[in-house]
Amino acid sequence: MNPLRTLATTGRVLVQIRNDPRTIALLLIVPSLLIGLVAWIFDETEVFADIGPAMLALFPFIVMFLVTSIATLRERRSGTLERLLSMPLGRGDFILGYTLAFGLLAVVQTAVAVGYATLVCGLEIEGSVGLLFVVAIADALLGTALGLLASAFARTEFQVVQFMPVFVFPQILLGGIFLPRDQLPDVLQVIGDWLPLSHAIDALDAVSTGHEDDAYIWLRVLFIACWIVGAIIVGSLTLRRRTP
Amino acid sequence: MMNKSVEARALTIRRGRRTVIDSLDLDVPRGAIVGLLGPSGSGKTTLMRAIVGVQIVAGGRVQVLGRPAGSADLRHRVGYMTQSASIYEDLSVRANLRYFARVQGAPKADVDRVLERTDLIGQADQLARTLSGGQANRVSLAAAMLGSPDLLVLDEPTVGLDPVLRNDLWDLFRGLAEEGTTLLVSSHVMDEATRCDRLLLMREGAIIADTTPHDLLAGTGAASAEEAFLDIIEKDTAGERPAGHGRQSGTHLLSRDVNGKGRPSHDRRGHGTKKGGRR
Repeated sequence: MNPLRTLATTGRVLVQIRNDPRTIALLLIVPSLLIGLVAWIFDETEVFADIGPAMLALFPFIVMFLVTSIATLRERRSGTLERLLSMPLGRGDFILGYTLAFGLLAVVQTAVAVGYATLVCGLEIEGSVGLLFVVAIADALLGTALGLLASAFARTEFQVVQFMPVFVFPQILLGGIFLPRDQLPDVLQVIGDWLPLSHAIDALDAVSTGHEDDAYIWLRVLFIACWIVGAIIVGSLTLRRRTP
Repeated sequence: MMNKSVEARALTIRRGRRTVIDSLDLDVPRGAIVGLLGPSGSGKTTLMRAIVGVQIVAGGRVQVLGRPAGSADLRHRVGYMTQSASIYEDLSVRANLRYFARVQGAPKADVDRVLERTDLIGQADQLARTLSGGQANRVSLAAAMLGSPDLLVLDEPTVGLDPVLRNDLWDLFRGLAEEGTTLLVSSHVMDEATRCDRLLLMREGAIIADTTPHDLLAGTGAASAEEAFLDIIEKDTAGERPAGHGRQSGTHLLSRDVNGKGRPSHDRRGHGTKKGGRR
C-alpha cells in the first residue's frame, strides 16, 4: 500500500467519471427523483414523514452499489485489473482508491438528496442535519463497499446485476421499512438486527424524529463502519494477483 | 552476471482438469528479441502470464531476472502488454499513461517519451475509445514501456496492424533491444520470425523448437518461416522428437484448432497413432 498510488487511482476513477457526464447526472439526480416520487405518492398522508428518512438510506445505497460493482467488474473484464496487478499496485491501493472516489461522489449525491428531501419534499429533521449527513454518507459508502465485494463474485454484467437483489433486497425487506423489526418473526428479527442497512434506517429515523441522543446514532454509524471495513477487507482478499 | 532473463524448468500449468502446459523448459537470453511463435491456442498467452507472474502454476519453476516470477520487486522491472489493449476507454491516451506511470513509479517525463516512441503524440488527447484497434494496442504497448523495464513481455503486439506499422514496431523493438531490454514477443504471423534473434516455436503447450531464424530455415531447407514451421510440426507429429518430453497430455488440446486452420486431417490421426504407440 502506498498513498500516492491510492490517490492516483482515486484521481483516475474521478477523471473517468468526469468524462461521462450522463453518469454524473444520473448519480446526482436519480435518488432525489425517487425520493420526490415517494413523497408525492404519500402526499395526502403522514407516511412520508415516517419513511422519508429510510428513503435517504435506501436510494443512495442502491445507486452506489450498482455503480461500484459494475465499474470494478469492467476493470476485471477489460484486462486493466490484470495489468495493474502485474504492476507495483497494492490490492489495498486499488480498493481504497475506488472507495475514496465513490465516497466523494456519495458525499455530493447525499447532499443533493438531503437538500431535496428537506427543502422540496418538506421532510422535517428534528435532530442534527450534520449527523444526518454522517449517516447518509456512511450508508452510501456501505453501498460502495458491498458493490466492490459483489463484483468479486460476478464474472459477467448479467451476474452483477443479479447480485443486487441478493445483496440489497433482503436488507430492504428486513430493515424495518415494511414492518417494524420488533414485529418480525424472531429469526428474521435477529437477521435484520445484524444487517447494516437496518442500522442506517434506525439512525436516520432517530435523526429525523430527534427522539434519541447522539450516542445512539454514533453507535449505529460505528456498526455500519464495521461492515464497510469488513467488506473492503474481504473484497481485497478476493483480488488475486495470480489467476487460473 | 546472469545471461538469462527468463528461465523456466518443468513448468506445468493446469486449467481445470486440462493440463495446458506440461513440463516445459524455456530460456530467454538477455538483451535479445525472442519470438514466441505458434498457432492461436497453443499456450503462448498462458506461458507469458506465467512469466509475468499472474498465472497460477501447478508445478515447476520460473525465474525472471534471477528472481522467482511474480516477485514484488519484479513488478518494476517487467512490462507486460496483454493481447487485448488493457487501457481505460473513457480516459484520454495521456491520462491512461499518466495513471500507469504513477502506478509504476515512473517519472512524469516518461509519458512523453513512450508517446513519442510509439508514435502517439498526435493522439495524446484523444479518448481511448475513439482510437482504432491498432492505436489502442500501441497505447497498451506504451504503458508497458513506462519505467523502462528490463524485460518486456508482449502478447501479439502486431496483430491487426498494416505492414508499415508492423515494420515500425519491429524497428522499435530492435531499438529497445539495442538499449539492453529483453523482449519476449508472441505472434502467430510466421513472417515476423525473421525479425527475432531467437525463436521458440510453440504448439499444444510445448516448445517444439528453440532455434534462430537462420537455423530454422537452414535446418529444414524451407523457403519461408511458415513452411519451416509446418515442416517441424509434421516431424513433431510423426513422433520424431525424442520421447519423454512431457507432451502426453497435450494431445487432446487444440488439435481441432490446428485442423481448423486447414491442416490435413492426417494430423489428427497422427496424434492417435502416437498416443497408441506410447501405451
